[in-house]
Amino acid sequence: MSGLHRHTGSTCLLDEACADHACLHPPLERGGLIQRLDPRSRVLAAVSFALLVVALSHLPTLAVAVALAVVAAVLARLEVGTTLRRLLALEGFMVLALMMLPFTVPGDPLFTVGGLEASRQGAVQALVILLKANAVVLMVLALVGSMDTVTLGQALRRLGAPEKLVQLYLFTVRYLDVLHREYRRLRTAMRARAFTMRSNRHTWTSIGYLFGMLMVRSVERSERIVAAMRCRGFDGTFPSLETPTRFQRPDGLFALASLAGMVMLMTIESL
Amino acid sequence: MAHIPDGVVSFPVLAVGAAVTVAGCAYALKRLPPERIPQAAILSAVFFVASLVHFPVGPSSVHLILNGLTGVILGWAAFPAILIALLLQAVLFGFGGVVVLGVNVMNMAVPAVICGLLFDVLYRRTGDSPRLAALAAGFCGGLGVLLTTLAVALSLGVSGREFLPAAKLIVLTHVPVMVVEAVFTAAAIGLVLRVKPGFIARPGLSPAWERVE
Repeated sequence: MSGLHRHTGSTCLLDEACADHACLHPPLERGGLIQRLDPRSRVLAAVSFALLVVALSHLPTLAVAVALAVVAAVLARLEVGTTLRRLLALEGFMVLALMMLPFTVPGDPLFTVGGLEASRQGAVQALVILLKANAVVLMVLALVGSMDTVTLGQALRRLGAPEKLVQLYLFTVRYLDVLHREYRRLRTAMRARAFTMRSNRHTWTSIGYLFGMLMVRSVERSERIVAAMRCRGFDGTFPSLETPTRFQRPDGLFALASLAGMVMLMTIESL
Repeated sequence: MAHIPDGVVSFPVLAVGAAVTVAGCAYALKRLPPERIPQAAILSAVFFVASLVHFPVGPSSVHLILNGLTGVILGWAAFPAILIALLLQAVLFGFGGVVVLGVNVMNMAVPAVICGLLFDVLYRRTGDSPRLAALAAGFCGGLGVLLTTLAVALSLGVSGREFLPAAKLIVLTHVPVMVVEAVFTAAAIGLVLRVKPGFIARPGLSPAWERVE
C-alpha cells in the first residue's frame, strides 16, 4: 500500500494505522439485521453485488446501486464517521487518475482550465468509476467488514476456499494483533532514545532494522507455535473450521431481497 | 498504490488477473507444507504491519509496498500471503476493490516471486558475505516496487488509452518509494542474516521452508 500522502508532522508515525488497527477486529455482533445472517450469505451477496456493479455502466443504475449499498450499511449499523473516512480514502494516485480523465477522454467540451479542455464524456466516466468503486466498497464494508475476521475465515472455508489458504488467513489474523503490539513496543523504545522519523537514510535503515528484528522474533515465535501445535496432535486440519452454521429463514429472505435488488439494477440498466 | 479500486480496469485485465492469482496461489499452496503455515502467516502479518508505516520523504510521506521483501523471504508463498493481506485490507479498510482483487494480487505477487527467485540466484553467488547479501536484497526490494509500478501502469494502460498519462505519472511518483524500499530491505535482510543466519541460508537454494528437513 503505497502512494504519496501528505506528511502530518514528525510525531505521527502510526496514528492512522493505530486508528485502523482498532478495526482489525470489528465490534462483535451489534445486533443489526445483517448480523443475524449466516456469514456465507453475506459473503455471497457481497461478491455477486460487486460482480454486477462492475458490469454496469449507466449513471442512474449506479446511483441506485450506491443507494442499495447505503441501505445495507444502515442495516449493518456501520459507524458513519469511520465509514465516510474509508470511502474518501481513495489513494492519491487514483484521485489523480480520475481528475485527469475529463482532460484525456476526447468529446464535447465542458469547461476549460488553463487552456486544457475538459470533455463531458471524460467527466461522466470519472463519475461512473467513482460510483462503482464506492458502491462496492460500501457494500463490502456493510456485509463482510462488519463480520468477525475469524467468522469470515470459516465462511470462506465452507464456501470452498482451500483449507491451507484459510489456515494461513486465520494465523495471519491472529498474529497481526500480536505483531502490531510488538511493533509499537519497539517503536516506543526507539522514541525513548530520541529517534524521530526524518527524510534520511538513517531513518529508513533504522526502521529496516526494526522490521528485521520483528521478523527474527516472529519466526522464533512461529517455531514455538509449531512445536506447541505438534504437542497437541496437529494433523493439518482445523476442526473448528467445520463448525456448521445453517442457512435459516432470514437467509432465505435476504437471498430473495438481494436477488430482487440485483434484478432491479439489471432492469434499470437495460431501460 | 497496488490498490486499484473496482470499476477501473477492463474485463480482459480482470480475467487475466484472476487466472494468474488462482494459478499462482494453487501452485504456492501445493508447495507449502502444513507445518510451515504458521511461519508464512506470521511473516504475512509482518508485511501487513510494515505496510502501515508512513515514511517521510521530503515534504510528503510514502507507504512501502514491501513485495520485494515478501518475495525474498517467502519465495512462492508470497502469492497467498499477499492475497490474504490485500483481502483483509479490502474487507476491513475498504482499500482496493473486490472484483479487481485478482489484478491487485497479480501486480504485487508476480514481482514478489520474481524478486524471490532472483535473490536466490544472487545469494548463492555472494558466498558468505552478509554485506553483499544485504545489497542483493536491497536491489530486489527496489526492483519489486519498480515491477509493481510498471504492472499497475500496464493494467491501467491496457484498460483504456485515457489512463495512459496517469499511468506514466504513477511510475514517476514511485521513484522515491523505490529508493526508500531498497534501503529498508537491505537493512532488514542484513540484520536478519547477522542475527539468525539460518533464516535465509537455505542449503541448495529453495525458499526458507521448502528445504527438506
